[in-house]
Amino acid sequence: MNQISFLLLFPLAPALLLAFISNQNVRNLIVWISSLTLIFVSLSLATAHLGTSPEFFSVDSPVLEKLFFAGEILLSLYLLWRCRGINKKESYIPVLIILQAGIGIFLELSGKLPKVENAFYVDNLSVIMALIIGIIGTIICIYSLGYMKEYHEHHKEIKDNIRGFFFIFFLFLSAMFGVVLCNNLVWLFFFWEVTTLCSFWMIGYSKTEEAKRNSYLALGMNLIGGLGFSIALVYLTFFAKTPTIELDRLIHMGSALALIPACLICFAGLAKSAQLPFSSWLLGAMVAPTPVSALLHSSTMVKAGVFIIIKMAPILQHTTAGLLLAGVGGVTFLMASLLAVSQSNAKRVLAYSTVANLGLIVTCAGVGTYEAIWAALLLVVFHALAKGLLFLTVGTVEHKIGSRDIEDMEGLIAVKPFLGVVMLIGIAGMFLAPFGMLISKWACLKALIDASPILAVLLAYGSAPTLFFWSKWMGKILSVPSNAVPLESPVDTNEATALTFLAIPTVLTCLLFPLIASVAIEPYISNLYGQTMSLSRGNILIMTIMLGLIILVPLGFVFYPRKQKHVSSYLAGANVSSGSASFLGAMGVVKDVATRNYYLSAAFGEAKLSLASVILGGALILGMFVVVII
Amino acid sequence: MTKIAMVLAYVIGGGVLGGLLSGFDRILTARMQSRKGPPIMQPFFDVLKLMDKRTVVVNNYQTFYVACFLIFIILTGALFFVGGDLLLTIFALTVAGIFLVLGAYSSHSPYSTIGAERELLQMMAYEPALLIAALGMYWVTKSFHVSAIASYSHPLIAVLPGIFVSVLFILTIKLRKSPFDLSTSHHAHQELVKGLTTEFSGSSLAMIEVAHWYENIMLLGFVYLFFAYSPIIGIAATIAVYILEVLIDNMYARLTWQFTVASSWIVTAGLAVTNLIAITMLLK
Repeated sequence: MNQISFLLLFPLAPALLLAFISNQNVRNLIVWISSLTLIFVSLSLATAHLGTSPEFFSVDSPVLEKLFFAGEILLSLYLLWRCRGINKKESYIPVLIILQAGIGIFLELSGKLPKVENAFYVDNLSVIMALIIGIIGTIICIYSLGYMKEYHEHHKEIKDNIRGFFFIFFLFLSAMFGVVLCNNLVWLFFFWEVTTLCSFWMIGYSKTEEAKRNSYLALGMNLIGGLGFSIALVYLTFFAKTPTIELDRLIHMGSALALIPACLICFAGLAKSAQLPFSSWLLGAMVAPTPVSALLHSSTMVKAGVFIIIKMAPILQHTTAGLLLAGVGGVTFLMASLLAVSQSNAKRVLAYSTVANLGLIVTCAGVGTYEAIWAALLLVVFHALAKGLLFLTVGTVEHKIGSRDIEDMEGLIAVKPFLGVVMLIGIAGMFLAPFGMLISKWACLKALIDASPILAVLLAYGSAPTLFFWSKWMGKILSVPSNAVPLESPVDTNEATALTFLAIPTVLTCLLFPLIASVAIEPYISNLYGQTMSLSRGNILIMTIMLGLIILVPLGFVFYPRKQKHVSSYLAGANVSSGSASFLGAMGVVKDVATRNYYLSAAFGEAKLSLASVILGGALILGMFVVVII
Repeated sequence: MTKIAMVLAYVIGGGVLGGLLSGFDRILTARMQSRKGPPIMQPFFDVLKLMDKRTVVVNNYQTFYVACFLIFIILTGALFFVGGDLLLTIFALTVAGIFLVLGAYSSHSPYSTIGAERELLQMMAYEPALLIAALGMYWVTKSFHVSAIASYSHPLIAVLPGIFVSVLFILTIKLRKSPFDLSTSHHAHQELVKGLTTEFSGSSLAMIEVAHWYENIMLLGFVYLFFAYSPIIGIAATIAVYILEVLIDNMYARLTWQFTVASSWIVTAGLAVTNLIAITMLLK
C-alpha cells in the first residue's frame, strides 16, 4: 500500500515544483531525480507483486472520499471554464460535462453508492501497466527536457508554457497510476477523467486555431466515452442484482449479470483508445508536441482504454457482444492500416498505426479467451516500447531536418546515423520478425482462429498494408542519395539518453520475451482463467536464431573484403558524369536524380476510406448494445 | 540430430533442385515458344559466370542486404522442410523479401526504387492468401506445424479447394511470372530495365538468383502440402502446378499493380475466406 500511495502522490510534488520553476538547470535536476525515483519505486512494486496473486487494500477514510468528490467537481468546473473557447459545433461539450457532473453529484448525494471494501489493488496486469508508466513515461519525460527547449527555439510564435507542460506531465503520471491501481470504480473514473483533461490541455498547447479545434474534438469524444462510464456506475448502483462499484467484484459477477455495465465501460475504453468511430481525435492530437504524442497518445493514456477492456475480458468471452466488440477492434485494425499507407506525414503514420494496434488489442480482449489475452498483453508491452521510441525519434528528426515528412527523411542513415539506426530499430520493432510486435501478432492469429475465423481474416488482411507502409519508410531511410551531406548539429543529451534507453529494450525484449511472458503475463492469466499458454521451446529457439542473424550478419560485413567497383546508379545511359547520379534535363540543366515513395491516395486515401470506416465502426458498436439489451 | 541432417540436406538438395527446376522452366518456356532452349544445366552455368564477374555496386551495403535475403530465404526453407511452424515460416519469408526490397532502395536508383515499391505492392497482394492458407490448414489438422500438416492422413485439397485456388493465384506473383511480374521479370520486354535488380550485378545478382531457386522449392513444398496424403499424387500435382504457372507466364502480358492487388485480394476473399468460413462451420 505504501508503494501505491507513493506512486499516486509523489508525482504531484515535482508537478507543483515544476509549475513554479523556470530555470532550466533546476528543472533538469528535478525531472531527473523524480524520474529515477519513479523508476525505482515502480520496479520495487514489480518485484514485490510480480507472479503473486492479486492483493487488495482497503482504505476507510471518509475524508478521502470527500476529497475525490471535491476533485470531481473541480475538474468539471475547470472544463466548463475552458469551454469559453468552443464554437457552435462544439456546443455539445458543456452539455456532456454538466450531464456527467450531474450524474456524479447525484450518485454521491443519493447515499445509495455501495460500500467499497477494497479501494486499491495490485495484480500482474497493473504491475505491467505501472512499469510502462513508471519507466517509459519517465524516459519520455526526460526526453521532453531537451525537446521542449528546442521546440520553443523552432517555434518562436508559440507562447512558452514549459512550466505548465511539466505540471500537466507529472499530474498525468499520477492519474495513470490511479487508473491502473484503483479498485473503486468511482475513483478510477475520476483519474480517467483527469487523463482526459491532461490530453485536452496538451493538445491545445500551441494555442493555434488547429490545436484548439483538435483539443476540443479530443475532449468531446472522450467525454462521450466517459458518459458511458457514468451510466455504468449508475447501473451498478441502482440496477445491478448485487450492487457494487468494485472492479474485482464486477469482473467476478460473470457474463449473465455484468454484461451491460461491462459493455458501457468498454464503450468508454473504445473512445479513450481511439477506436472507430472515434479515431479522428487521435489523428488530430498529433498537433501536440511530440513527447505528448509519445506518452499520452501511444504508450500510456490510450492504453488505459484497452487496459479497462482487457479487464472486462472474462465477462466478454463467449458472448456475442464480446465478438462484436472484437469486430470493432478488427475493423479498426484493417481500416487504420490501410489509411496509413496514404500518409507521408510521419506522425500521422504513427497515429494510424497506433489506432490499428490498439484495435488489435481490443480484438483480443473482446474475444477474451486466455490465449487472446496472452497475445493482448504482449501487444501492450511491445507497442508501448516501440511506438514510444518511434515518436521520440520522429520528434528529434523533425528538429534536426526541419520536417516530419517521410520523404524528407531520405538517406537519414547517412545524414544522421544515430537517428537513422534508432528509427530503424523502432520500425523493425513494429512489424518485422522476430521483433516484439510480430511475435504478438503471431500469438493473435493463433488465438483468433480458435475463437472466430472472421477476426483472424481481418488480421490477415490488415497486416499486409502494415508491411507496405513500414517497409517503404525503412527504404526511405536507407536510400542514400549520392549528394547526401551528414548533419553536424549534435542530438541533445537528454534526448539521446531517452532514445538509447528505449532502443536497447526494444531489441532486448526479443530475447527476453519468454521471460516477460512467464514472469508477468502468464501468472495474470492463470490466476484469471485457471490455465495459461506459452510458446513452445522450438519456436523460441527459431526466433532467437533469427534475431542472432539480424544482429550478427551486419557484424560479419565489417570484416568482409570489398573488391567492388563503385558506380553511380543506372540512368539508362543519361548520367552526366560517373560518380554522381545526375542527368541532363530537358532544358540542358544538370539535375540530380530524385525518388519518391508510393502513397496510393487514390486507393487508400482518407477521402476514400474514412467515412466508410466510421460508419462500420459505429454500426458494430450499435450492434453490441442492441445485442446486450435484447 | 536428424533435424540438422535435414537442414543440411535441404541446403544442398534445395539449391540443386531449384537450379534444375529453373533449367526445366527455361526449356519448357522455349518449347512453348517453339524454340529449342538452353541445356537444363544452364542456370548453374549462369550463376557460375556471374560469380566470376566483378561486382559493380552503387554502395557497399547493397551486397549486405542481398546476403541477408539469401540467408533468410534458406532459413525459411529450412524451417519449412524441418517441419516447423507454418506461420513462422511465412513471417521469415516476409523478412527475407524485405531485405531484398531494402537492397533495391539503398541504391537510390529510379529503376530499382520503382521495382522496390512494386515488390512491396506484390507482397501486400499475396500476404493475406498465404496467412489464410495457413489458418485453413490449421483448422483442419489442428496444428500449425508443417510436419503435422504433411502427415495428415486425409487429402487437404478435398476440404480446402478454395484456399488452394487462391494459393495458385498468388503463386504467380511469388514465382515472378506474368501477368504479375511487376517488380522484376525474366522477360526482356518489360519497360523498367530490370526493376528491383537493376543495380545488382556479379556475385550479388548470383545470390539473388540462387535465393529464387530456394524460394521456388519452398513454395512448391507449400503446394505439396495440399496433396501430402499421397506422396506420388503430391509430387505429380506439384509438377503440374509448375507447368501451369509456366503456361500462364507465356500466355499473359504484365498487368497493372491495381489489378494485381485488387484481384489477389478479391480472389482470396471470394475463395479462401469463404472456404475457411465454410470449414469452420462444418468441421467443428
